[in-house]
Amino acid sequence: MTTDIDTARAAALLDEAPLASASLFRFATAGSVDDGKSTLVGRLLHDSKAILADQLDAVARTSADRGFGGAAGGIDLALLTDGLRAEREQGITIDVAYRYFATDRRSFILADCPGHVQYTKNTVTGASTADAVVVLIDARKGVLEQTRRHLSVLQLLRVAHVIVAVNKIDLVDFSESVFREIEADVQQVGRELGLGSDGITDLLVVPVSALDGDNVVERSERTPWYTGPALLEVLETLPAADELESHLESFRFPVQLVIRPQGALAPDAVAGGLDVEEYRDYRAYAGQITEGSVKVGDKVSVLTPGQDPRTTTVTGIDFAGSSLEEASAPQSVAIRLADEFDVARGDTIAAAGTVRESSADLYAQLCWLSPKPLREGAKVLVKHGTRTVQALVRSVNGKLDLATFKLEGASSLELNDIGHAQLRLAAPLPLENYLHHRRTGAFLVIDPLDGNTLAAGLVKDHPGDHEDERYSI
Amino acid sequence: MSTFLTEETTLVTDAAATTRLSSLDTLESEAIHIIREVVAEFEKPALLFSGGKDSVVMLHLATKAFWPGKVPFPVLHVDTGHNFPEVIDFRDRTVERLGLKLVVGSVQEFIDRGELAERADGTRNPLQTVPLLDAIQSNKFDAVFGGGRRDEDKARAKERILSLRDEFGQWDPRNQRPELWNLYNGRHTVGQHVRAFPISNWTELDVWRYIERENIELPGLYYAHEREVFARDGMWRAVGEVSQPLPHEDVITKTVRYRTVGDMSCTGAVESAAATVRDVVIEVAASTITERGATRADDRISEAAMEDRKKDGYF
Repeated sequence: MTTDIDTARAAALLDEAPLASASLFRFATAGSVDDGKSTLVGRLLHDSKAILADQLDAVARTSADRGFGGAAGGIDLALLTDGLRAEREQGITIDVAYRYFATDRRSFILADCPGHVQYTKNTVTGASTADAVVVLIDARKGVLEQTRRHLSVLQLLRVAHVIVAVNKIDLVDFSESVFREIEADVQQVGRELGLGSDGITDLLVVPVSALDGDNVVERSERTPWYTGPALLEVLETLPAADELESHLESFRFPVQLVIRPQGALAPDAVAGGLDVEEYRDYRAYAGQITEGSVKVGDKVSVLTPGQDPRTTTVTGIDFAGSSLEEASAPQSVAIRLADEFDVARGDTIAAAGTVRESSADLYAQLCWLSPKPLREGAKVLVKHGTRTVQALVRSVNGKLDLATFKLEGASSLELNDIGHAQLRLAAPLPLENYLHHRRTGAFLVIDPLDGNTLAAGLVKDHPGDHEDERYSI
Repeated sequence: MSTFLTEETTLVTDAAATTRLSSLDTLESEAIHIIREVVAEFEKPALLFSGGKDSVVMLHLATKAFWPGKVPFPVLHVDTGHNFPEVIDFRDRTVERLGLKLVVGSVQEFIDRGELAERADGTRNPLQTVPLLDAIQSNKFDAVFGGGRRDEDKARAKERILSLRDEFGQWDPRNQRPELWNLYNGRHTVGQHVRAFPISNWTELDVWRYIERENIELPGLYYAHEREVFARDGMWRAVGEVSQPLPHEDVITKTVRYRTVGDMSCTGAVESAAATVRDVVIEVAASTITERGATRADDRISEAAMEDRKKDGYF
């Protein structure tokens, strides 16, 4: 009933490191059955001291009940990520679980994606927001078909950093030759996919033992032939996707809503000295910068679907009473413009002259996430940025065999299929190729009947436009 | 641009960063984006506001999201009738300061009408679900903001940022919509509503660091103070009208603070000398016990206590 204090941890978190400047990093884990993913996640949480005493006590009790005799003081680390009662009763993992831990350099959000059931759905979901994905391989088994599928999905989703953890290295006696062989296989698959050699993504291979902790948080002495960083070091130092993209001169800002308080100014702001007269005609466009950065004075285009782009100048960037000179992804701000255009939710503000015309013809990869199959002729909703429009599925042009990366003929898509489709939109959208624009190239396909999300969509270039070979399935 | 990493490569990749937001700035931007999406896409949202730190942070984020305009939705408090008086006082002052509308759902009124029965253990937290759903229905709220965080509990760890609830307010963990990129799907049919958790990705430490950074006022019981307490279930319980010691439970005066603020009959205090927000940040960073494990009797009822309450329509 006292709050136990671990002063060393407090010092590490607060005194030695400037916490205020620690950045956020999102990563996901993906793996096959029994490759030790739960143990690895438990190990990362345990060794980074994200597991508190009461959680550890609960796990220790259960470990003892089940007669677990492994490392870490007889604690089965996999239990740390044990989920809902419904899952324990049925021995399954329902879906993505989110975990949090911090080191003195970074705060981490971990999307823990179960591998066995609906792996495509879970991997796509986890990877869509991830800066990095850790794919597990069992050192005794090497690259499996499942591994190829995972890497294929990660390449499609353009995850910035893919880290392959070759786990259970202790069970192959820390053999360098086993590791080198798997590493070569991984790099070969990477080359086939363009993963790690496309200038957009990285591919890194690390030997680990999640059970014993080798190369997870600390570099291991039992793998002297491996001179690279431990997994956590990698995660601490890789740039986040937003950091990689913030230098791009491709400012994109989907307008969420218009802030126009007229008479209804916030009483606390007025009490704090806000000039009521000055703000009577205040009008700003609220949103989150999805890509790039913007400065006061920049020329921007306002994209309203169905209209020609209108060019104007940014006169102010406001955030809760502060005026900013510059803002970048992923900041949420409110932008003021020089011209009093009619700008509304669903419009996009973008760096002038960098966006091509909106289009009502949508060519895309669809990751099908619903048990209800996609059929040609279906009417669906497409949610892109801050706009939702009706759409007709004109054709399904095949589905991808994730193991061979080849396109197979198909006229429908089922749960966990990834295929190529053409849609006709009821109103044009400022679509951009997902390969170059992770946010404005992404959309949801929604069932108009029950509102459920049917698919994750990745915009492709129109056939006939210059098309990247990797996307030519 | 690419940082193709081989094991011999030294990890020097920071050069790519022209600007780097702190983790708090990133979490704040994400939360504000979600709050604005919900306001733009729903007819009638409301914010659950208990005066607890997470709901206070939520309200603060809402003021920032719509500045210089007013927060464009009412706040909803489910009143267990077992409140700490200073929290109710704080709630009323906050609502007044921001010019908000306050909707109150009262557990006591349901008990008085015989529509809810007092539990044998006296805890009223689980009883909040019925008045909550009643308030949602009678006010036709189609989206309800909550301050729930995924780090609180393993059931919450699987919760979506926008979580669809059926006519009975139930959460169905097996049929959740996949949540992709920053595209939130809030479509629902008549009778359904959505719970929105914009600070899903915050930890307890993030919340406290943010309170410190933004200089956010909280009810005083979050900070160390002297209080008459007695020991029960391994926690210090405050002596109050609805929280009386049994004959064998000795009342002593201790310097304590609260890590969570819930129903007075089931929320325990921790011994603490943390009198300022800085002290609390250090204490939370160093704490070796989770906030719910330390201070919530209702979460000790069973291993799946939160999961069960959520399925029944709890926050």
